[in-house]
Formats: sequence, C-alpha cells, structure tokens
Amino acid sequence: MAVTVFLMLILLAAFMCLYRLRRGPTAPDRTVAIDILGTLVVGFCALYALRTGRVFYLNVAISWALLSFTGTLALAKYLEGKAYDE
Amino acid sequence: MNEVIGKVIIGVGVAFDLFGTLGLVRLPDVYNRLQAATKCVTLGTCFILLGAAVAMGSAQAVVTALLCAAFVLLTTPVGAHALARGSHRGGVGLWEGSVTDEYGEDVGRPTAGRDEDEAGEDEEEDSGGA
Repeated sequence: MAVTVFLMLILLAAFMCLYRLRRGPTAPDRTVAIDILGTLVVGFCALYALRTGRVFYLNVAISWALLSFTGTLALAKYLEGKAYDE
Repeated sequence: MNEVIGKVIIGVGVAFDLFGTLGLVRLPDVYNRLQAATKCVTLGTCFILLGAAVAMGSAQAVVTALLCAAFVLLTTPVGAHALARGSHRGGVGLWEGSVTDEYGEDVGRPTAGRDEDEAGEDEEEDSGGA
C-alpha cells in the first residue's frame, strides 16, 4: 500500500520534470530535465521491483542509469557548440 | 520488521526526490536548477535503492541494488558537471542575481546574458545546424 503511494509521488515528480521540459527557456534546461527524469526512473524501477517482488527490475534500473549517463554526456558535448538562442 | 525499516528509508528518498524536482521547477536559471535537482534526486534515488535492498532482503536483490546505488552516486554528479560546463560554454548566461562566476573568470570571458556586449565572443556557429 505504502509502495503504491510512493510510486504515485515519483510520478508526480516526473510530471514536474516534464513541466520543466515543456517550459524550459533554453536547451540546457530541457537537458537537465531529461537527466533528472532518468534518475527518477531508476528509483521508480527499484520501487516497482519491491512491489512485484521480482529482482530483475533492479537490473533494468542499472542499465537505465548507464544509458541515461551516456546520453547526458553526449547531450552536454552537443550543447557546447550551440549559441544561446539556438 | 525489515520491511518497515525499508519503507521508512524509501519514504525519505521519495521526499528528497520531490523536493529536488520542486527546485527544478521553481529556481531561476539553469545552474540553480541543476544543482538543486541533481543533489536532491541523486541522494533520494540512492535512498530508494537502499530501502528496496533492506525491504527485499534476498542476497541477489541486495547486491544488485547496492551496485545500482553506487553507480548512480558516481555517475550523476559527473553528468551534471558536464552539463553545467556544456551550457556555460554554450553561452547560457547566469541569473542576474548571481554574485560570482568563477568559471567565467577562469576562462577569461564574460558570460552571455550578464553583460550587454555578449556578442564580443562572436561565435556565429557555422556548424550549428549539425
């Protein structure tokens, strides 16, 4: 029961990230929102593993963290070459 | 008993996550949002993984969750640092209430958005459409 409430709260946090993704005035704002969203999904996977009792969702969390990190690094390198209003 | 302790730890982590994303929504510029959200959400996610490890209890779950927590704890600050550096070099300015910009002084240029002569940098990105 409590785990379901926690899952809902993480969804609320994810929607706040999506709000920033929609509103963010510059490209780095949106990139930060994507990065944080990836980290939230890792926590979501851990909670889902606890809720269903299946350990392999933790493996999903690990691979999600790895891919999110790689994507963030790539986007950061991409942002370096761009101007403010582009 | 273990389950109750784990759920308490998870509750703390979820609270950290919520406050971090609240900072992401409320704060005024990229760098403020980045530091608030990164610090809070990293710690919150680590707490959630720790709580899941405590509550599940099997050896495989504990090892996997602790590995994931260590990985998140190592990689998220690195990603945030790269993002801050990339956005600074990309010319995104600081909030006008910011008091210092040591990286900008280090590389010897004013950040765009703080000073009016931001066009002095003149990076008319020719390869920007890539």
